[in-house]
Amino acid sequence: MTYTIEGKTGAWEIVVGLEVHAQIISHSKLFSGASASYGGEPNTHVSLVDAGFPGMLPVLNQECVAQAIRTGLGLRARINLESRFDRKNYFYADLPTGYQISQFTHPIVGEGTVEIELGDGTVRHIGITRLHMEQDAGKSMHDQDPARSFIDLNRAGVALMEIVSEPDIRCPEEAGAYLRKLRQILRYLGTCDGNMEEGSMRADVNVSVRKAGEPFRTRCEIKNVNSIRYVMHSIEVEATRQIEVWEDGGEVDQETRLFDPSRNETRSLRSKEDAHDYRYFPDPDLLPLVVEQEWVDALERGLPELPDDKRDRFVKEYGIPRYDASVLVAEQAIADYYEEVAKGRDARLAANWVTGDLFGALNRTGRTITDSPISAAALGGMLDLVSDKTINGKIAKEVFEDMLETGDSAAAIVERKGLKQVTDTGAIDAAVADVMARNADKVEEYRGGKDRLFGFFVGQVMKAMAGKANPAMVNEALKKVL
Amino acid sequence: MSLDPATVRRIARLARIGIDESDVPALQGELNGILGWVEQLNEVDVEGVPPMVGTGHAALRTRPDVVTDGNCRDAVLSNAPDGVGPFYTVPKVVE
Repeated sequence: MTYTIEGKTGAWEIVVGLEVHAQIISHSKLFSGASASYGGEPNTHVSLVDAGFPGMLPVLNQECVAQAIRTGLGLRARINLESRFDRKNYFYADLPTGYQISQFTHPIVGEGTVEIELGDGTVRHIGITRLHMEQDAGKSMHDQDPARSFIDLNRAGVALMEIVSEPDIRCPEEAGAYLRKLRQILRYLGTCDGNMEEGSMRADVNVSVRKAGEPFRTRCEIKNVNSIRYVMHSIEVEATRQIEVWEDGGEVDQETRLFDPSRNETRSLRSKEDAHDYRYFPDPDLLPLVVEQEWVDALERGLPELPDDKRDRFVKEYGIPRYDASVLVAEQAIADYYEEVAKGRDARLAANWVTGDLFGALNRTGRTITDSPISAAALGGMLDLVSDKTINGKIAKEVFEDMLETGDSAAAIVERKGLKQVTDTGAIDAAVADVMARNADKVEEYRGGKDRLFGFFVGQVMKAMAGKANPAMVNEALKKVL
Repeated sequence: MSLDPATVRRIARLARIGIDESDVPALQGELNGILGWVEQLNEVDVEGVPPMVGTGHAALRTRPDVVTDGNCRDAVLSNAPDGVGPFYTVPKVVE
């Protein structure tokens, strides 16, 4: 079903493309040897290259190129063996050189694709137009002084990847799914930490609206949106604004806008006069970047298994539902944890425990998978006790809670609390006989055709045996005598 | 290609160079002279010739990803006319 927004003149479709700026994980900057790490003292992670001193020359960081190529491969995109750097010229106080070095005409990565999955299980493919490397700018602080802006250049020159999507996105949910998927891929690859709160991943959102079957209308670009929720929200707000403009007989201007979440509106940002006149030209300080196919192949061989592949393998290898597999591959650490638990055990049971009880416990205790109070080996040890029928499923929950609290192994807890499952038919038969004797009336009703009472008898026997009886054997014994 | 006075003013503004209105005709003449001179290159037939980006066949130099620079705030701020503590400052810019 197509997502539409209802206007005065009927339904409107929306068209969205995203430009994502992702900070490359590296030790030093794209063109200088200054540190690229976050949070240094103001203006200490700055070299004279970053500060735009005369005569300083940029030298490209090899690892940043490798990271961009890895990302391109992860997006199943074409790697351009020859790419170039251009100067994008504009004046801003936190851009000391007066230009940003970027890749305009010849990006390092060309067309690719990202597979997204929506809430209802629909799978869609969002095209990637290109990925290129560029420099980040510094930071301006406007609230320190009434008349002056303070400038910190620590970020200036840090390597970014700009990842541009095709205008293939048709609703806010798809935009959210695309960003989450992109972030997942970047994190798997280790090329960007994807942390939107710290600004290491941010999105420019291109939005337009149209009537069904029309070609694209004029779009607006919403700059620097820094959370997935805001991206989704800003699309709706901006589309609604544009629909009003068109329906009032106006014309949407192509312009840059800013999303203000507190006022729930977008507003025009730059004076149109100078917008998009960046006077790009090839940076004369930098020769074309030529990479060898052999190097690209070597980088490809070094890539980790990507989330989609991992999900498909989990479905095939462990026989778990696709949805569960998607949940388990959300983060590499979760997938690793699951595999350690599942290896050589009942993989479906392992999936249920990890996505159910373990996730619940992590949520409750505010922990993540990497500092889980129960290790994968410990959880596996507990599942072994379930599989060899030392404990039943119900007792397992009790053991799990105890593990969470005490950090003891499942075996030690079972020993300490005497929770070993009773599989002694004599003891079970005795308990069954006792329950039947005490509930003669219910036995009559059951035999008179009230089948539903069977569960009552199971419950009574389990209760009599403190929950430790083997449920299958209790069922069997009851069926025999009833 | 020939620049009109409006384009000359616009280029000056993009370059953040303040010019007097009385300078425009002279600048227009100079810029058009430069452009006319460069335009002679259009007479060369470069059909099918790949763009030349340098005279050598040198590849772009790269460096390993190692922190070798920075931590030189005094030098970075040495030209700042109006530094405040660890920052340099500019007249307030707010969009």
